[in-house]
Amino acid sequence: MENKTRNWILTTVAVLLLVGFLYFADNYLDLYIVRILNVCAIYAILGMSMNLVNGFTGLFSLGHAGFMAVGAYTTALLTMPPAVKKQIYYLAPLMKPLDQINLAFPLALFVAGLLAAVVGGLIAAPVLRLKGDYLAIATLGFAEIIRVVFTNTQSITNGALGLKGIPALTNLWWSFGTAAFTLVVLRSLINSSYGRALKAIREDEIAAESMGINLAKHKTLSFVIGAFFAGVGGGLLGNLLGTIDPKMFSSMFTFNILLIVVLGGMGSLTGSIISAFIVTIANEVLRFLDESINLGFVVIQGKVGMRSVVFSALLMFVVLFYRHGLMGETEFSWDRLLASKICRRTRALFRKNLQQRGVDR
Amino acid sequence: MTLDLFLQHLSNGISLGSLYALIAIGYTMVYGILRLINFAHGDIFMMATYFAFFGIATFQIPWFITFPLVLVLTAALGMGVEAVAYRPLRDAPKISLLISAIGASFFLENLTIVLFGGVPKPFPAPKLFTDVVQVGTVAIQKLTFYIPVVTILALLGLGYLINRTKTGMAMRAVSMDYETAQVMGININRTIAFTFGLGSLLAAVGGIMWGMKFPQIQPLMGVIPGLKCFIAAVIGGIGNIAGAVIGGFILGIGEIMLVAFLPNLTGYRDAFAFVLLILILMSKPTGILGEKTAEKV
Repeated sequence: MENKTRNWILTTVAVLLLVGFLYFADNYLDLYIVRILNVCAIYAILGMSMNLVNGFTGLFSLGHAGFMAVGAYTTALLTMPPAVKKQIYYLAPLMKPLDQINLAFPLALFVAGLLAAVVGGLIAAPVLRLKGDYLAIATLGFAEIIRVVFTNTQSITNGALGLKGIPALTNLWWSFGTAAFTLVVLRSLINSSYGRALKAIREDEIAAESMGINLAKHKTLSFVIGAFFAGVGGGLLGNLLGTIDPKMFSSMFTFNILLIVVLGGMGSLTGSIISAFIVTIANEVLRFLDESINLGFVVIQGKVGMRSVVFSALLMFVVLFYRHGLMGETEFSWDRLLASKICRRTRALFRKNLQQRGVDR
Repeated sequence: MTLDLFLQHLSNGISLGSLYALIAIGYTMVYGILRLINFAHGDIFMMATYFAFFGIATFQIPWFITFPLVLVLTAALGMGVEAVAYRPLRDAPKISLLISAIGASFFLENLTIVLFGGVPKPFPAPKLFTDVVQVGTVAIQKLTFYIPVVTILALLGLGYLINRTKTGMAMRAVSMDYETAQVMGININRTIAFTFGLGSLLAAVGGIMWGMKFPQIQPLMGVIPGLKCFIAAVIGGIGNIAGAVIGGFILGIGEIMLVAFLPNLTGYRDAFAFVLLILILMSKPTGILGEKTAEKV
């Protein structure tokens, strides 16, 4: 069989199945599950954008939460109805033009992404001169500065009180649509000459530079695009949760996304998507750790926070024993899936079954 | 601002700076040897205050027995973290090491939340240290004087250890050239473990005094001081112990003075360190006492 046609057909079928599933989920599944699915897709966006910077370009940046905060606040402020704004800004009124603006959701998301990208661009200039852990700590510092600024600008962000009553505009179509869009854009970027330049920078900066790659330009590009999608992801998250406050966007959040990137494989977009789903769903499944377990004859007391302990242990475990993550640096492809052991075994079983039944192929 | 008030702020700044310096040394020593930000260092510092809390408040052990015990326990904890989270990754890419460090930090914080609860606890400072004395018109806690003194003693001890003993010589050799030191017959793992232990011990000294100065302890208390002290180490020139001390004092005094002179900016106090870091990195990336190193290709 022609591989290309087969893959194309398989992809189309998969997309159609996904759309069908989303339609089903949107209409028939309960809100809790829909919400988790939304979070999965948003984390996939965040994971992919962080992977672009950390995995593909090799810049160890820990400023993701800052960009998410910018995106989340922008989208929230642009989509909240003026009446609600008036209600929640009781300590200091919202700044002049912002209190009347009300944009459509997609436009607000786009603006959020742009604003996060602008912030990313501003930060990139000083920060990208640094390498390795200096870069890590400086980006972490910038994220922290963004958070501190957001806590103190009462008349724009409502300070530590945060924003409440953000319209719940994020639905499955928006989150999964944006995730798909992110995947397509980042994939094309990575497969372009830019992407190869980014990978070259990751492998060896000096060699890349001597091959004529403009380091500053490419690093900034990666950083700004990463910030853009982090902003969009943050915006989706804010409008899903309904409430945001500066505390939410602490470095813990960045580390959560980092776990997704590392588990999925640094340098694999599809890996980030898969691990975003695994991590988010596991996070919900592991909820029992925080609650008491009743085994009938004995009750094991749950401890609040146990989930986080398991999670951090998991992060260390992955790095110590499973450094390449689920996908390493490879991307998902039908060829690989069909050639995989499980798939071959299934096919062999299937064939055997047919032969036993006396069907001749 | 009156002179009295200024002196009060200055003494506060000096004692805060001393605490920063003690913690920053741990960062700088580890960075000097492993080229790694030990993200868990702030949490080791936090654990030290919890150890002291349990010793004094829960088990009612007198402070002069508890404090040495805390130092030993914390040093052991530091060595344990190194053995579990960093030693297996000696030959791994640096990024893995950094992620492992973050994981270790995260783990210690969450473990503390689970074991001891997230609710802040009052630190049971012995009365001996928290008494207030009148100096002229200024009322100052005795502790404010003890902290710099203890810091200086600790630094003298450290200086002796590093410059005059065989172990110290091994530490210097390893930080200068890891592989050559190994060829010369230095036991790398033991030296690194010792460095972690020593850094953690100083963090414990800082932690106990921190607990007495800011008598409220909670599981995430190590995060911000940890980051700030790393910044202090960078400002002074990372890998350089004297630099870490200078950086710690600059940061501590600067922070207190910022709040004292520009009260409007109080909310931005935690951002001050980061702004300072970025300014330093842009103008003199190797810090005040750091040496410029050229990268060999």
